[in-house]
Amino acid sequence: MTTGVAAEKGPVMTGNPVRRKRFRTLRAFVKNPRAIAGMMILGLFAGLAIFAPLLARYNPQASVFLPMQPPSAAHWFGTTNTGQDLFSQFVWGTQATMMVGIGGGLIMTVLGVTIGMYAGYKGGTVDAILNVLTNIFLVLPTLALLIVIESYIRNTTPLINGLIIGLTGWAWGARVFRVQTMSLVGRDFVVAAKLSGQSDLRIMFTEILPNTYSILASNLMYSCLGSILAEAGLAYLGYENVNANSWGTILYWASSGNAMLTGAWWWFVPPGIAIALVGMSFALMNFAIDQITNPRLKSGKRRRKRHVTATPSA
Amino acid sequence: MRYFLNRLGFLLISIWAAITLNFILPRMMPGNPAEIIFAKFQGHMQPQALKALKLQFGFSHQPLIIQYFQYLGNILTGHFGLSYTYYPTTVASIIANSLPWTVGAVGLATLISILVGTFVGILIAWRRDGVLDRTIPIITMFFQSIPYNWSAFMLLFVFGFTLNWLPMYHGYSSSVNPGFNGPFLSSVLYHGVLPVVTIFISGVSGWIVGMRNNMINTLGEDYVVFAEAKGISGRRLMFSYAARNALLPQVTGLAIALSSIVSGSILMEQVFSYPGIGFQLNTAVSNEDYPMIQGMFLIIALSVLIANFIVDMLYVRLDPRVRTGGASS
Repeated sequence: MTTGVAAEKGPVMTGNPVRRKRFRTLRAFVKNPRAIAGMMILGLFAGLAIFAPLLARYNPQASVFLPMQPPSAAHWFGTTNTGQDLFSQFVWGTQATMMVGIGGGLIMTVLGVTIGMYAGYKGGTVDAILNVLTNIFLVLPTLALLIVIESYIRNTTPLINGLIIGLTGWAWGARVFRVQTMSLVGRDFVVAAKLSGQSDLRIMFTEILPNTYSILASNLMYSCLGSILAEAGLAYLGYENVNANSWGTILYWASSGNAMLTGAWWWFVPPGIAIALVGMSFALMNFAIDQITNPRLKSGKRRRKRHVTATPSA
Repeated sequence: MRYFLNRLGFLLISIWAAITLNFILPRMMPGNPAEIIFAKFQGHMQPQALKALKLQFGFSHQPLIIQYFQYLGNILTGHFGLSYTYYPTTVASIIANSLPWTVGAVGLATLISILVGTFVGILIAWRRDGVLDRTIPIITMFFQSIPYNWSAFMLLFVFGFTLNWLPMYHGYSSSVNPGFNGPFLSSVLYHGVLPVVTIFISGVSGWIVGMRNNMINTLGEDYVVFAEAKGISGRRLMFSYAARNALLPQVTGLAIALSSIVSGSILMEQVFSYPGIGFQLNTAVSNEDYPMIQGMFLIIALSVLIANFIVDMLYVRLDPRVRTGGASS
C-alpha cells in the first residue's frame, strides 16, 4: 500500500491517507479487549442516563417510604433518612452527572485544543503569552478556584457547574496540544498548505487537528472524568442547589444525613463506585489508544521479554 | 541562571495573576456580591474594619485602578483583613494556625505515594507483561478515579465506624494540650492516619503508571541495551541505568499533580473535619466570610505556586541539560 508511506511523509493532499489511517486505528480500537471493556462500562452508564425516566420507578425527591432501609427488592439501593428511594436518585443522578461530565469535558477540550493549537501554530509572542496563561491555569489549584467562584454565585445547577468547570479546566489540554502542534507545524504537508494560500484557521483545523485524533480522544476522556470528579467534589461540599440531583448531591446528603455514623453504607457506596467505574472505563479505552498508537508501548515481541527470562530473580 | 530567572519570572507572574483574580472575581460576578457582603457586615464591625472591607470588595468611589493598587499594597504587606466568623481575629493568624496541618498531611502523603508508586512502577515495568503489569495499572486506575471525598468516606466508615480502630474526626484529641508534648504529638499522628491514607490511595496510582511508562521508554534506549550487552547485573541495570533516567519525568509530574493533590486535600479535610486550610475555606464559604475566603484562596494558590518553583529548581539539580541548554521550558 502506498498510502501508508504517503501518510508518514505527508503529501500535499492530506485528506485521504490520514482518514484511511484513522479508520485502521479505529478498527484496531474496537477489537482491543481493553477498549471493549471500557466501552461496555461507559455504555451501561450512558444507558442509565438516557433511559432514566423509564428506569427510575419513583420520584427521587419524594419522602414517602420507610427511612434508612437497606437495599431490598422494592428499593434496590435502599432509602435515605427521610425515606427517599436511592435507586431513583442514583438513576437521575447518572443523567445529571453524565451531562456535567460530557458538557464540561467538551468545553475543556474545545478551549484546550483551540488555545494550545493556536499558541503552537503561531509561535513567538502569541505563544509566549498563551503559554504563561496556560501554565498559570495548570498550577492554580482548580477546586479552590471553583470554590471561590461558587462562593459568589450561590445555588448553582449542575449545568452551570459544568460550564464553570469547563472554563477553568482547559489548561492541561492546551499544554498537550501546543506541544503536539509545534511538532507538526514544520512538517511538509503543513508547509504545503501554507504555500497554497490556505488560511491559518483552516490549516489548524483541517491539516493539523486530524493528525492528533488519538490525543484528542484521550484528552476528551480525561476532561470528562475531570469534570465528573470536580462536580462530585463541588456538590459534596454543598455548592450545588440542594434540590439538584447528581452523584455529588447524593454524597452531600449522605454526609449531612450522617450515613457513615449510622452504618448506612448503601447511601454513599453506589455513587463512588459509579464514578470510579466511569473513570476506569475511560482509562481502559485510553490504554487501548496508547497501545495502538505508541509503538513503544505495544506489548509483546519487544526485546524486554528476554530480560524477564534472563533475570528472574531481579 | 537563565533558567532560574525564567522560572522566577513565572512564579512572580503567576502570583500576580492569583492576586488579581482575587480582586476581579467579586467585581465580575452577577448580582453584585459586594453589596450583599457589605449589608451583612454593617453594624457588626468597627468603622476601620469596615473601611478596609470596602476597599477589598470595591465599595469605594475611587477609580478601579486606584482600588487595585491599594488592594495590592494590602496583600503585599500581609493585610488580609479580619475574619467575620472569628471576629476580630485576623485572617493571617487563622492561616498561620491551619497551614501546618495541611502542609503536614499533604506533604507526608505525597512523599509516601511518590516513593511507593515509583518503586512499584519500576518493578512492573521490569517484569513487563507479567501478572502484576497486567493487573496493577487497571486496579490503580479504578482507585485513581475515586473522588477523594468518597475514599475518605469509606475509610471513615470501615476503620472509624465499623472497626473503631482510628479516630473519625479532627486533627487531635480534645483531651490533650496542644504543644510540643508526647501525648499531643502521638494524638496528631493517630488522627493523621486516615487523612494521609486518603490522599495516598488516590495519589499513588499516577506515580505507578507514570513510572512504568517512563521505564518502558528508557529500557528501549540504546545505552541500556549496551549496558546489558556489557553484562551489567539485572539489579544495577534496573535501578542505576534505567530507573535513574526514568525518574526525571516524575519530577515534572509532581509539579502538575500538586494542584490536584491540594484539591483532594480540601475534600479530605471536609470529611474528617481536619483543621487545615481547605476546611477553613469551606467554613468561610458557608459563613459568607469573604475576607477569609480570599485569604484562604490566596494562601492555597501561593503554596502551590511556591512548591512548583521548588520542584522546578530541583529539576535543574537533577537534569544538567536544563542548565546548559536553556532552550526548553
